[in-house]
Amino acid sequence: MSLPSLETLFVKPAILLRDLFPESARPWVSIGIAIGAIAAVAPLIMMYLTWIERKLIARMQNRFGPTRVGVYGLLQPMADGLKMLIKEDIAPQGADRLLHAMAPILAVAPAILLFAVLPFGRYLIAADLNVGLLYFFAISSISAYAIFMGGWASRSKFSILGAMRGVAQVISYEVPGVLSAVVVIMIAGTMSTVGIVEAQAQRWFIATPWGFVAGIIFFLSGVAEVNRTPFDMPEAESELVAGFHTEYSGMKFALWYMAEFLEAFAVCAFAVTFFLGGWQGPAVPFWVLTVLGSALIATARKLSLPVRVVATALLLAAGLVWIKEPIPSWMWFLAKTYALVFVLVWLRGTFPRLRVDQLMGLAWKFLLPMALINILAAGLWWFWRDSFIGWFLSAAILALSYWLLILANHPARRFEAALSSRG
Amino acid sequence: MAFIGAGVLRGMGVTFRTFLETYPWGRVLLRGLRQPAVEGLVTIEYPDVKQKHAERFRYFPFLVYDGTPDNLRCVSCKICEQECPPQCIYITGPAKDEQGRPQKANGRTFPVEFKIDVSICMSCRICVDVCPFDAIEMDNQYELSSSERFGSLILNKQELLKPNEYFQRIKPTEASEVDARLAAKRPKPQPVFPPKAP
Repeated sequence: MSLPSLETLFVKPAILLRDLFPESARPWVSIGIAIGAIAAVAPLIMMYLTWIERKLIARMQNRFGPTRVGVYGLLQPMADGLKMLIKEDIAPQGADRLLHAMAPILAVAPAILLFAVLPFGRYLIAADLNVGLLYFFAISSISAYAIFMGGWASRSKFSILGAMRGVAQVISYEVPGVLSAVVVIMIAGTMSTVGIVEAQAQRWFIATPWGFVAGIIFFLSGVAEVNRTPFDMPEAESELVAGFHTEYSGMKFALWYMAEFLEAFAVCAFAVTFFLGGWQGPAVPFWVLTVLGSALIATARKLSLPVRVVATALLLAAGLVWIKEPIPSWMWFLAKTYALVFVLVWLRGTFPRLRVDQLMGLAWKFLLPMALINILAAGLWWFWRDSFIGWFLSAAILALSYWLLILANHPARRFEAALSSRG
Repeated sequence: MAFIGAGVLRGMGVTFRTFLETYPWGRVLLRGLRQPAVEGLVTIEYPDVKQKHAERFRYFPFLVYDGTPDNLRCVSCKICEQECPPQCIYITGPAKDEQGRPQKANGRTFPVEFKIDVSICMSCRICVDVCPFDAIEMDNQYELSSSERFGSLILNKQELLKPNEYFQRIKPTEASEVDARLAAKRPKPQPVFPPKAP
């Protein structure tokens, strides 16, 4: 048996495993393998997302972040998970116990379901639905139910306030989010996530005027939909204790967090799929990556020497084994997704929380009209796609409407002043 | 005119610069871009790395002795006990024999017990200032935590006693000043006469 190529590193074993079963059972087995892989990987992604976030945000605040549990604090997520598991599970008096227990499960389930249509690589997708994009929006908006269910069942002022804010926010940001993705459907001509990625083979959508704007709107509304800073109104610590999950403890609380982080990861992954070319990437040789990685590990001062030597040797050996291959598609996808995760943390590290009216204003008065105008811009770009006119027209329309919308959103005085000084 | 939304990007630039400044390669990158780059991480990872203190850093008093531990400078005059603002010094003494006459060691009275409560001491150094005998000085040891409140947090005489050489080692400047002062105070050695009968 020869070594599988990097591209099919995960697909080959799955096929081999499936072929162990009789012909009639194979469709079910392959479904089972996909579900099993997602169920195993999703908690791992979530745990290390917390670690990544804490490390990055600490660096942005001149701190170290977790360092005590394991080298570089790498075992911190395990310690946190263990702590959450053994903590007491408290439901407040007067709470609706059934809904209170159901809400976190309802929050996590759609977050994991989202992974089904994510094309992690050229052959790595659990279910290539022909309505993948629609599926994403349908599933991700279930979290509004979960938030309100949790807030309502807790029978607490803070929870219900947070839940109400959360529902208002999630529903509001759904609108610009969907409208910004409309241009992707228009240009790609398909709603399948694989089809959308393949449509970006020539040019990533982010590199067009309408794609740039739609990408930013999509990402911002995604950040708002998963309730992350600066849009974390539902759990605003400084005013609502912890918002909709104030009354949750132990593993239920951990489930809320898991839902939030998984959805954050999914939003980044879908932004990559829709706008950043998905698993497409330039054909950089794989050994370049291994050399860079081994240099990084060899200079990591806190790792013990044997670990550094073995890891460096293994990486270099991997580079030698697959010396002729380019960086595989799934690595490109993960790299882009984590780059967006970095942006997510970066936003959190930079901006203070928005006020409720500012939050709603941003969605309805800025992102929504911008997304609508963007559809027009994308249409123009497509109509004159072979010439310079389409680029120019769409860029000009978007820049002008950006400027006008910003002015219109400012207090009226400034808008009129700007108009009169130019007219 | 700066374009609208520039402030948002500038803010993100500030955060990113801070991020870069915490890594050595980030600082190299910033200097390569002709940007000022200072060491971003100011944290001292305490149990692994300890802060370098100035010589005059003080935390908690100790009792000085010369040579042997029974030759301590304290005469149990209790001025420090009186002056201590948070009242954390407890002195029993001076030591007396059965008839109630003060006992002496090396020509001085001495305390039976001398206790200082670590958890109450506020490191003000007033005890050192008021001591006429330079018998009490400030230590720079600060790792005195304990899991029990009334056991090891109240340091007794044995725990407080430290030699003058230790004082010389931790605070050379101050210790030599004290030594000079004590040497000036000490009477010139005189011929020893047997005590006259009264």
